[in-house]
Amino acid sequence: MSAVSEVDVVVCGGGNAALCAAITARRAGASVLLLERAPVHLRGGNTRHTRDIRLAHAEPNAAATGAYPEAEFFDDLLRVTGGETNEPLARLTIGESTNLAAWMSEQGVRWQRPLTGTLQLARTNGFFLGGGKQLANTYYDTALRLGVQVEYEATVRALVGADGRVEQIVYERAEREERVAAGAVVVAAGGFEADVEWLREYWGDAASHFTIRGTPYNTGIALKAMYAAGARRIGDPRGLHCIAVDARAPRFDGGIVTRIDAIPFGIVVDMDGRRFYDEGEDLWPKRYAIWGKLIAQRKQQSACAIFDAKTVGKFIPSAYRPERADTLAALATRLGLNAAALERTVAEFNAAVKPRQSVRLGVLDGCATDGITPPKSNWAQRIDTPPYYGYPLRPGVTFTYLGVEVDAQAHVVASDGTPFENLFAAGECMAGNILSRGYLAGFGLTIGSVFGRLAGTAAARYARA
Amino acid sequence: MLELDLTAELDRQLLVCNACRYCEGFCAMFGAAQLRTAIGDGDVAYLANLCHDCRMCYDACMFTPPHAYAIDIPAVMAAARVDTYARYARPSLLGRLVRTPSSVSLATALAGIATVALAIAAFAGGAALWTPQTGPGAFYRLLPYAALLLAALALTVYGAVCVALGARDYARDIGGGFVSAASLRTALHEALALTYLKGGGAGCYDEQRASGRRRFLHGLVFWGFLADLAATISAAFEQEFLHLLPPYPLASVPVVLGTGGGIALALGVAGLAAVKRHSDVRPMDPRMVALDYAFLGLLELTALTGLALLAFRSTGAVGALLAIHLGVVAGLFVTAPYGKFVHAVYRFIALTKNAHEQANLAA
Repeated sequence: MSAVSEVDVVVCGGGNAALCAAITARRAGASVLLLERAPVHLRGGNTRHTRDIRLAHAEPNAAATGAYPEAEFFDDLLRVTGGETNEPLARLTIGESTNLAAWMSEQGVRWQRPLTGTLQLARTNGFFLGGGKQLANTYYDTALRLGVQVEYEATVRALVGADGRVEQIVYERAEREERVAAGAVVVAAGGFEADVEWLREYWGDAASHFTIRGTPYNTGIALKAMYAAGARRIGDPRGLHCIAVDARAPRFDGGIVTRIDAIPFGIVVDMDGRRFYDEGEDLWPKRYAIWGKLIAQRKQQSACAIFDAKTVGKFIPSAYRPERADTLAALATRLGLNAAALERTVAEFNAAVKPRQSVRLGVLDGCATDGITPPKSNWAQRIDTPPYYGYPLRPGVTFTYLGVEVDAQAHVVASDGTPFENLFAAGECMAGNILSRGYLAGFGLTIGSVFGRLAGTAAARYARA
Repeated sequence: MLELDLTAELDRQLLVCNACRYCEGFCAMFGAAQLRTAIGDGDVAYLANLCHDCRMCYDACMFTPPHAYAIDIPAVMAAARVDTYARYARPSLLGRLVRTPSSVSLATALAGIATVALAIAAFAGGAALWTPQTGPGAFYRLLPYAALLLAALALTVYGAVCVALGARDYARDIGGGFVSAASLRTALHEALALTYLKGGGAGCYDEQRASGRRRFLHGLVFWGFLADLAATISAAFEQEFLHLLPPYPLASVPVVLGTGGGIALALGVAGLAAVKRHSDVRPMDPRMVALDYAFLGLLELTALTGLALLAFRSTGAVGALLAIHLGVVAGLFVTAPYGKFVHAVYRFIALTKNAHEQANLAA
C-alpha cells in the first residue's frame, strides 16, 4: 500500500454530475481528485448515452427556443411522478436549471438544433453538439486544463470515517489498494442497474433477461459504500426506468440505438402469441416508458412488435432491421412464435379494427378497436399488407431510482436524519429524491448538473475552511 | 478491403448512426444518410465524398471500438474515398496508381525534372544549367517559349480531360440530375467556406479534441494555390498584352502573387502534415494517409522550389532551379487525376447533390 495522499475534494464517479462537481470545486480553489471506474475510452458513465438537458428559461437562449417557465417545468415533473417529489429540492433544481445553459457554455459545451425526430423537445430541452460523450469529453478537457487530477480504472471500495465525517477513501487501481485522505467527498457514481445480481434481489430471475442500456460500470459500488457509511436510503429498490429494446442488443451499453419505436404502429404479442396491453394508449414518451416493465412481467421477459408494410419508414429505425416475411406464419417462425397463435391473434385484432378509419400518427387519433381485450385505443389499423415485420423485444433498463437522501446543499443525510458534514451526493444516486418515479426527458442531467455544482461548491468550501 | 465489403460495412455502421443521430450537428453527411434506409454502391461513393473527414463523429461516438458496434465512420469513409479515386481515375488502367501514391509522385517529379533538364541542355547547352541568366526573356534563353507553352497546355488539358471524364461518371453513378444554378451556388459556398470542416462549430478532431487549425491550414493551402495559379495567369497577361518578358520585378503582380501564394502554400502544407503526424490514427485509413502525404509532398516541393527560383534567379543556379521547379510542377499536374487532388472535384459534386436533395426535402 502506498502512502496516503491528501486532497481537498475527492469526486467518486466520472459522468456529468461528477464532472460538474469537480470543475466547480476546482474553480473554487480546491485541489480535486476524480476517481473514474471506467478506462479512458469508456469514461463518462451513462452521460455518454445522453443528448439533451431539460432547462427552465424565461426566453429563448443558446440552448432552447421559446420559454419554459419554472412553474410549467414543475407541473411536468408532478405529472410524471404522480405528485410524489421532494418539493423544495425539486423547486431548487428547476430554479437552478435557469443558469445551466450559460454555465455549460462557459465550460466549452456547444449547442445544436434538436435532432431529427425530437422537435417536441426544442422548447424544453437543450441539445448539446455531438451528444453526451462529446459533453463528457468537453468537461474532461476543461477539468484537466483547470488542474483536476483524474484517475481512470479506479474503483471506490469504502468511505472511511466516523461521527458524520468521511476521512478517507479506499479505492482499487491496477489491483492495488489505495487510500486518499479527503477534506470532502462527492459521490456521483450513478445507480446500480449494471449489477444484475443486485437487481435479482428485487426482480428474481427475470433480472437475468434484462438488457442494460448503459455503462457496465454502474454497479452501485459507491452507493453501497455510502450505505455502509450510514447514509439513509431513498427510493423504491424495485424502481427502474425500463423501455422496450431490441432483443438482439448487446447485454450492456447499447444506448439509444436499441430502442424500439414501432410499438404504436402495430401490435405487441408475448411469446405465446397473445396481445397483452393497449399499444395505442398514449403518445411519446410514455409509450417507451411503460413497455419495458410490461415486457419484464411476461414469460421469458420477451415479446414481439408486429407490423406490416404500411408502416415501414414511419418511425425512427433502430440499429437492427426488423425480421421480415411474406406471411404471418413465416414471420412467427423467425421470431420464435407459434404460427397458428400469431395468425389467430392478428385475425382477431383485424376483425376488431373499426372499418373506414384513417390513422393519423403523431396525435391521439381515436382510431380504436371494438370488442377486443385489451383494446388498442389509437392508431388501430389492420395488419394485412405483406411483407410482415417483427421486432423481438426485451426490457432495457436505463437507470435505477434507489439512492441516498440529500439536503439542499447536496449533503448526504445519515440514517439518523442528520446530514454528513463532508459527504455529498449528485446525479443518479440521489435523483430519486426528486424524480421518485416516471421519466422526464433530459431531467436526469438537470438534477446531476445542478447537484453536481451544489456539491462541488459546498465540498470546496468545507474542505478549505 | 473489397468494394462489396465497404458497401456492407457502411450499411452496417449507418444503420446504427441512423438510429442514434447524435452526430447530425457536425456535418451534412448524417442528414444525407438518414434519407437512406439501406446503402448501395452509389450511396457509398456519394456519402464518402460528402464526408469532409473532420472526424468529430469519431470523437463523439460512444460505439467506437472496442464497443461491439465498432463504429468508425471517418475510417470507412476514407477507405471508400480511396476507392472512388481509383474507380473513377481515367484512363481507368491508371487507377492502380492511386494505390502507390508516394512512388508515383516521386517518380513523376524526378522524370519531370530530368525531362526539363534535358530540354534545357538540348536547347541552350548543358552549361546553361549553371550559368547566370539576367535581363528580360532570361528564362526563354533556357527554354523556348513555344515549347513551354505547349507543354503546359498539353499537361493541363490532359489533367482536365481525365478529371472531367471521371467526374462525369461519378456524377452519373451517384444518381445524376442534381445540377442546377441553386445547387451549384450552395455547393460553391460550402466548398469555399469549408463549412463541413467546422464540425458544427467545434472544428476538427485532430491533435487536440477539437480545433479549427485544420480548416485554417486548408484555407492557406487552397488560397495559396489559387494565388500561384493567378500569378501564372497574370504573367501570361503581362507577356502577351503588355509585352513584358519575365523575370518580373519584385514589385510586380506575378511576383507578389506568386510569392505570397508560395509562402501560404508552403506554410499551410507543412502545417497540415504536422497536424496529421500528431493526430489519432484510429479514424483514418492508411491508404488515404499515403495519398495525403504524397500530394502534400508535391505541393510543398512546388511551393519551395518556386520560392527558391525567385530567390536565386539571378545566380548561376537559375537553370537547375528552373528545371527542378518546372519538373515538380509537371509531376503535380500529371499525377493530379490519380491522387488526392481529385478530392476537391468529388467533394464538390457530392455537395451539389446534397444541396439538391436538401432543397427537395424542404420543398
